[in-house]
Amino acid sequence: MSRFTPETAARAAELVSLYPERRSALVPLCHLAQEQDGWLTPEAMEEIAELVGVTPAEVRGTASFYDMLHTEPVGRYLVSICTNIACLLGGAEELLEHAERRLGVRAGRTTADGMFTLEDAECLADCHRTPCVTVNHRYVGGLSAEAFDQLVDDLRAGRRDGEIPPHGTLVRVRRSGGLRVPRDQVAAERQAMAAAVAARAEAAKAAAEAQSAQGDGAQGKGA
Amino acid sequence: MAVTDAPRIVTARMGYDDSYTLERYLATGGYEGLRKALSMTPEAVAAEVDAASLLGRGGAGFPAGRKWSMLRKDPVTYLVVNGDESEPATFKDHLLVERDPHQLVEGVLIAAYALQVSQAFIFIRGEFALGLERVTQALNEAYEHGAAGVDIFGSGFSVDVVVHPGAGAYICGEETALLESLEGKRGFPRIKPPFFPAAVGLYGQPTVVNNVETMSNLPWIVLQGGKAFAALGAGRSAGTRLFALSGHVKRPGTYEVEMVKTTFRDLVYAPVYGAGVQGGREVKAFIPGGVSAPWFGPDQLDLPLGQDEVGAAGSMLGSGAITVMDTSTCMVRAVWRITRFFARESCGQCTPCREGSGWLERVLRRIEQGQGREEDLDLLLDASDNISPGLQWPPQQTTICVLGPSIPSSIHSGIEMFRDEFLVHVKEGRCPVG
Repeated sequence: MSRFTPETAARAAELVSLYPERRSALVPLCHLAQEQDGWLTPEAMEEIAELVGVTPAEVRGTASFYDMLHTEPVGRYLVSICTNIACLLGGAEELLEHAERRLGVRAGRTTADGMFTLEDAECLADCHRTPCVTVNHRYVGGLSAEAFDQLVDDLRAGRRDGEIPPHGTLVRVRRSGGLRVPRDQVAAERQAMAAAVAARAEAAKAAAEAQSAQGDGAQGKGA
Repeated sequence: MAVTDAPRIVTARMGYDDSYTLERYLATGGYEGLRKALSMTPEAVAAEVDAASLLGRGGAGFPAGRKWSMLRKDPVTYLVVNGDESEPATFKDHLLVERDPHQLVEGVLIAAYALQVSQAFIFIRGEFALGLERVTQALNEAYEHGAAGVDIFGSGFSVDVVVHPGAGAYICGEETALLESLEGKRGFPRIKPPFFPAAVGLYGQPTVVNNVETMSNLPWIVLQGGKAFAALGAGRSAGTRLFALSGHVKRPGTYEVEMVKTTFRDLVYAPVYGAGVQGGREVKAFIPGGVSAPWFGPDQLDLPLGQDEVGAAGSMLGSGAITVMDTSTCMVRAVWRITRFFARESCGQCTPCREGSGWLERVLRRIEQGQGREEDLDLLLDASDNISPGLQWPPQQTTICVLGPSIPSSIHSGIEMFRDEFLVHVKEGRCPVG
């Protein structure tokens, strides 16, 4: 696996520029690396470490905390079956067993041809369609055993490629560039606004004092 | 059945196939709330939200207006939106980010103006790939439209908004863990005090953290006024709220209902909501507010959907996730699966949670597999008591965050309500349900 391509590197620089502190880009950069390579390679972790100013061990230590960041290769399709409470009630354990038989691997493993990684997932927040299944984090609905088999056939034949990108590609919509607010402008606006707020508070206080001094009970309102 | 005629505040556009587009949003009053807010003073906008008595829709139910008023004065402050929806059986924010992303963006912009922050982050759980795409697209369009970025709608107010993808960790829904994650670290909840990010938050700066649904209510509140919102519901539970209904109901889904005036029974049985239990069976138990909440039995179906009402009955509305389990459910298996979730998702910082969740899961698994012992029931409660002393509600805490004391909820409920069923598993090595 390679380091970042020039295109990935350009997008990486963009991501880093979005945050007040560059380490904040660590997780988005891990997603970006997975989009390039399908998983988080040691080389990519080194490159990310340089970009955000930490050690490669810190990148690995952070990435390994998160379920979606894979420091080992995964299949082209990550098939996640939720077995948490709502899906359990909807027959998820039975579907997972069926999937293990159909794909010939236990949950957590990848098929020999590198096509599928099967995952026994926690709640994926789509609990009205159970058992909930996602492929590369795209929802494919609550599935029966038959529908699951059909899905596997379709994926193998490339019939779902339009809606389901390869593993690692998370967000296909790019943030439009050149929209950042210049820092000095923000500082000036904040200062002006703080002054305005203080002035309004002062005026309201003065008005209240004047009113209580007069004791006329008139309804006064601050700006 | 009490199905009130309250307006649909956050789900008004859900009937449109193109509800997520800028065209549809603008055609249905989109960004009018932001325009109105910008014509008011920031304090006046905050005052409307305060008057609305909008309780945070994330799980803790803290009043949004009060949270805002606690933001420490500082030249640099941040707004962070919590879209890490991961409490099992909660899928309401999923609907909002995918189906009405502009409403969320507009809410964020209104809040940013009211709070006078120049940088906002929308943290969305990484598994919401389509939601991330929709919100990113909506934000791009908002910038194009002049609603975000420099000098929005010519008001002189500028704000930058960044959509930040999570990477799969339940604990990041805890607001201080979310901030750590946003800083590029492991999602470890921060030691309290300081209790509130409003004092010390992102990069140590004062930060308001609000839930997606909380933000999505703001355009309506600004347009219609806080009083109109507060007129809905009753007591401290004002307005409407999204409830994610799952489990053994005929029509699981996310429903917007008026708080307090609607009951659990309405939600489960009304034809426009759950439409009753599958197969005509009965409710055996239900979880009223996500798996961190203690369970209720069928005798509590008539409780109103109000924060204080449910709290007084010994549980919580939490994340708004209601899971119905009918008479065909094996309660040992349900409790085991929930406990396994906590064992997998414990961040590992605190011993009672890290070790306790694993022990509890293994004991429950052996009971479920017919290899339990009678003393296991007391063992489960004893270990639970070590995580949350007294097993009371609201729970005591021995850990940095509330994940730990959430673990005993289902175990305690399951054993209290269904001790006989647990005993059959232990004594006869089988499940009496099937």
